[in-house]
Amino acid sequence: MRDRLIFGAQLAFTIVVAAFLIVPAALSMLAGVTLNYFRGIQSGLTLQWVIQVWQLYSDTIFRSLLIALATLAVTLVVGIPAAYALHLRNDRLSRAVEEVITLPLAIPGLALALALLLTYGGFSDFRRSWLFILAGHAIFTLPFMVRSVMAVFGAIDVKTLDEGAASLGAWPWRRFRDVIVPNATPGILAGSLMVVTLSLGEFNLTWMLHTPLTKTLPVGLADSYASMRLEIASAYTLVFFVMIIPLLVAMQIFARYRGNPTVLPR
Amino acid sequence: MSLEASGNLNGHGAALRLENCAKTFADGTHALETVTLDVARGETVVLLGPSGCGKTTLLRIIAGLETPDAGGRVLFNKTDVTRVPIERRNVGMVFQSYALFPNMDVAENIGYGLKIRGVNGTERNARVAELVALTGIEGLERRRIDQLSGGQRQRVALARAVAVRPSVLLLDEPLTALDAALRERLRGELDRLLRTLGITTVYVTHDQSEAMALGDRIVVMRKGGIAQIGTPRDIYFAPASRFVAEFVGAANIVEAVHDNGSLLLPGGKFTVAGAHGASLKDRVLVMIRPESIKIVPTEGAELLGHVETVSFVGDRQKVAISGIAAKLIVVDAPNSVALKIGDRIGLTVDPSAVRLLPGDLP
Repeated sequence: MRDRLIFGAQLAFTIVVAAFLIVPAALSMLAGVTLNYFRGIQSGLTLQWVIQVWQLYSDTIFRSLLIALATLAVTLVVGIPAAYALHLRNDRLSRAVEEVITLPLAIPGLALALALLLTYGGFSDFRRSWLFILAGHAIFTLPFMVRSVMAVFGAIDVKTLDEGAASLGAWPWRRFRDVIVPNATPGILAGSLMVVTLSLGEFNLTWMLHTPLTKTLPVGLADSYASMRLEIASAYTLVFFVMIIPLLVAMQIFARYRGNPTVLPR
Repeated sequence: MSLEASGNLNGHGAALRLENCAKTFADGTHALETVTLDVARGETVVLLGPSGCGKTTLLRIIAGLETPDAGGRVLFNKTDVTRVPIERRNVGMVFQSYALFPNMDVAENIGYGLKIRGVNGTERNARVAELVALTGIEGLERRRIDQLSGGQRQRVALARAVAVRPSVLLLDEPLTALDAALRERLRGELDRLLRTLGITTVYVTHDQSEAMALGDRIVVMRKGGIAQIGTPRDIYFAPASRFVAEFVGAANIVEAVHDNGSLLLPGGKFTVAGAHGASLKDRVLVMIRPESIKIVPTEGAELLGHVETVSFVGDRQKVAISGIAAKLIVVDAPNSVALKIGDRIGLTVDPSAVRLLPGDLP
């Protein structure tokens, strides 16, 4: 009896906490499909706001996707070899490098953006293109890729695998391709999902770096909150949710395979 | 496939020479003192020693995973390979953790070295099949590494190392990760396999029974240097130092006074053959193996003492005896002799099995 009471209390508490977090999100999304938010749900449901968002902001959605994928490409090309090198060396220098790579997490995005603007703001073609935002995102997300891949390297004793492949005659590039990357897949996948998600949702840096012609989705969202009626901003949130939630779910699924790379389906 | 049919595997391997190889790591650790070692073509040499004695460092220098300090040279068939990286040395290596690739199945693991060398698919499959048969892992070719037992992994690692017909086969504690019973069985298989293959082999272990069973010669190492090189019999019966005597097998090491062909102990005296180098009335350090001491009736016995402890281990009993020397003497007695603690007993020592050890007395 006492156990059931405790269980009931715990369940109720969990539901209340979850509701506290979920209800605003649900309300916001609901507002996006409500005809008139101030009159409430009885005013009727509509997709007109979503359509308007699409008409007004679809370019920001595609740009965000483009930047997220480009960020992913950069962090893959830079991050995996970096993680490999850092793991194999594992000396004072490599730990210092690791710290430096991780530093952007501790520095406010605004400060990073300011540094980028001060340094590269003069290159106006670069400044005006989406590649400028890409640079910011790559700096910000790189530590997530590197750490995630290094965690797997640590779990599978990649140094010995590397030596094993070397003893069989494989040159460094071949070892990297045949042995290192395939066995780091869980970490690479987890890192990739994190990078894409972070890039899609990044606001601080991007807000400083964007131009009117290089708005991303979160910047557009801020713009719509400031200048559009509430229903459009809410519909925009809805679009963002629809994009980001599948990624989050995928991240959870792959996270389960981390630390146990051998169970990953081939 | 029978072992005879794999005769085409025989007779490859290089003569190996290490010249003045020392190793100091970047942090200043002297892992290896200056070592010179020759391994003949087809010979199996075991590097034996406690952990931290430099045996793995020496193996890694041969492999090309470490470079010796300046002045050291590694030669395969008289060719200097000191600066040749591991991927071009054509060595086969079995790691303690096996280092099998989890992303490849058994056959792919075994065939990887051949694939790297550009051996075509048909030839590669034939070679893989040959090794699968030789190591007795038929039926496991398409298994993933995590579906194998420890013993199976060990066999795959060996097959993979041997598949490329290496100049030198290097094994780093290949049986340590296995349980005792399996270790013993695989030791026998490994011995048979190494003899069949006839590859020059360097085998690292801290287990003296493994070293005895597998080595043509044993290199006993201590604190980064070589304590003794010799055949298993040499090492066991004629240890060059107290360290070797104690590390390899059980040994009674006692202080005695040498008196004209006899050794005087508190518990009596006994004759000794070939007490070369020792002059009269010298205090000497003596090694006697437990199995070369016999328990006899007290009448007319050379040595007299009391039974302190008896531990029955099945095939024999280990008896600790006081009163013979300053410390307890351990004797391997037949399991049929009835002994009680406190019994007064006599001992005789096989004179040819007594070894005078060099070095300072404590």
